[in-house]
Amino acid sequence: MNNKRQSTEKIMKRFFFSIAGASITILFMIMVFLFIEGLPIFKVVSVRDFLLGHYWYPTSDPADFGIFPLIIASLSVTALSSAIAIPLGVMTAVYLAELASKRVAEIVKPMVELLAALPSVVIGFFGMVVVAPFLQDIFDIATGLNLFNAALMLAFMSIPTICSLSEDAIYSVPTGLKEGSLALGATHWETIVRVILPASVSGISTAVILGMSRAVGETMVVLMVAGGAGMIPESIFSPVRPLPASIAAEMAEAPFRGDHYYALFAIGIVLFVFTLFFNLVADQIAHRYRQVGEASL
Amino acid sequence: MGKNDMDITKDQYVEEKPRVLKSAPKHRKISVIQQAFEARHRRRKLVEQLLFAFFRAAAVINGLALVIIVFFMLKNGISAISWEFLTEVPRDSMTRGGILPCIVGTILLGLGAIVIALPVGVASAIYLNEYAKPGPVLRAIRLGINNLAGVPSVVFGLFGLAFFVIWLKMGVSLAAGCLTLAALSLPVIIGSTEEALKSVPDTYREASLGLGATKWQTIYRVVLPASLPGILTGAILGLSRAAGETAPIMFTAAVFYTPDLPGSIFDEIMALPYHIYVLATAGTHIEETRHLQYGTALVLIALVLGMNMVAILWRSRLRRKLK
Repeated sequence: MNNKRQSTEKIMKRFFFSIAGASITILFMIMVFLFIEGLPIFKVVSVRDFLLGHYWYPTSDPADFGIFPLIIASLSVTALSSAIAIPLGVMTAVYLAELASKRVAEIVKPMVELLAALPSVVIGFFGMVVVAPFLQDIFDIATGLNLFNAALMLAFMSIPTICSLSEDAIYSVPTGLKEGSLALGATHWETIVRVILPASVSGISTAVILGMSRAVGETMVVLMVAGGAGMIPESIFSPVRPLPASIAAEMAEAPFRGDHYYALFAIGIVLFVFTLFFNLVADQIAHRYRQVGEASL
Repeated sequence: MGKNDMDITKDQYVEEKPRVLKSAPKHRKISVIQQAFEARHRRRKLVEQLLFAFFRAAAVINGLALVIIVFFMLKNGISAISWEFLTEVPRDSMTRGGILPCIVGTILLGLGAIVIALPVGVASAIYLNEYAKPGPVLRAIRLGINNLAGVPSVVFGLFGLAFFVIWLKMGVSLAAGCLTLAALSLPVIIGSTEEALKSVPDTYREASLGLGATKWQTIYRVVLPASLPGILTGAILGLSRAAGETAPIMFTAAVFYTPDLPGSIFDEIMALPYHIYVLATAGTHIEETRHLQYGTALVLIALVLGMNMVAILWRSRLRRKLK
């Protein structure tokens, strides 16, 4: 009887362990299949020319596979959207964690969550049919589908990530610190800026990095709103074509296992490496500067 | 604010003399200091209030963004919604008719993804929360989950295309789409299940173990039943996430138009998000079908936000109960 129970116990543990490995397995398989389908392009063009080439004309003859403008587009869209999303996200988090009354927080918090739940295609559609004509009118520009519009839409997609993770970080600051500061006569604002934010800075950085990582990889918004011109942007109102947009827009037309198809998978590798890097950095920060009680400050 | 606030000159003192005399005529010296403090305090409070207003504004902007988007979809989409729109197939190269195949396709995709991801996700979470001991193995698994959560949706699409569609020869099909979306929603399910497991008090486990139950018996008979509502909430969130995704199904499951509802899991399907994308960007009738685009977007929003609302309300009720 006891033996049977113990062996069931062992089997169950092993069973759960093997399933818990599924995430790593999937991650690994994603990597393997991206490489299988993407690496053949480097027989046609060198890694250097692929990453730094200025011309992306995959369908002309001879074709050009330089993704430098696409990388720049992705980076500039992400940077601009972060400039909007980080202040808004962190400020909302501070508001929710420190200022809002319980009743208000109970209304605002679900709203932020619902904002996160909006399908990206709906946000892209909104950017296309509502924001683009609006921008075109007020700034008097040729097209409202441009870098700025895409960054704006992306910002509202990464705000929920930044906001909810920052809020968790702020909550995890020990109350003793806050009370100490208030007892010394600091105002609530001074306590927030000089005590609470510095104590939660690692959590907030993690939140910011994950938010940016979401912006880099977001596809539908940049596909529908960024304008799609594969050139290095000259101003924030230039149409651009970030990496994910290229993959999504061209995969359907790319001949199966042709150079173009391989090149799109190679873009996938670049994108994957980008986000992997972001996530590893976020993970490092979260682990190294983890706040354990008050002693480590 | 700084030391300067403390330096009250004689003139200032004289200026404000009447009020001081009124309130505390006999303790002039104390009043000076008190006054200085009060002035400084007022200024600090003012700064505080001003900055807090900014914070409040930031929160309002976020709330407003949601309201504005939903408002525009409602305003422009509501006229397209009719019984026919919801129950008929598209006609006349998508310019008329309904979106029934898209609704069915999206629901099937979401359900299929959850049916696959839920058991795997729950089992992973059980291992992480109940069995695993802190160490490099746990760290590696967590790192894997976090990174999987961060993989861009379009890369999931590429993976689905290369692995399910081509390598496993499933073709562009419902099955390939479900599997791709399952991989994508796995981290969501694991995260919410872990939260649900953590909310079960340790005393439950201790009581069960103390009565002589094994760990597995404890998990199966005590921990899982107690955390079931939380797990189901996570499942709903995962379902809504899967239903709203576009990029992963572009290459794996969805097609522009298929006249029939799917008959088997190896059929191509239509899906709401992809339908919006195609109507809004491709084809020759973009302006003509604008109201259909709004209508489709509205249906998708209603579906996704409805599920989320249910999950959020349910969860907040659970949390209140646990307190």
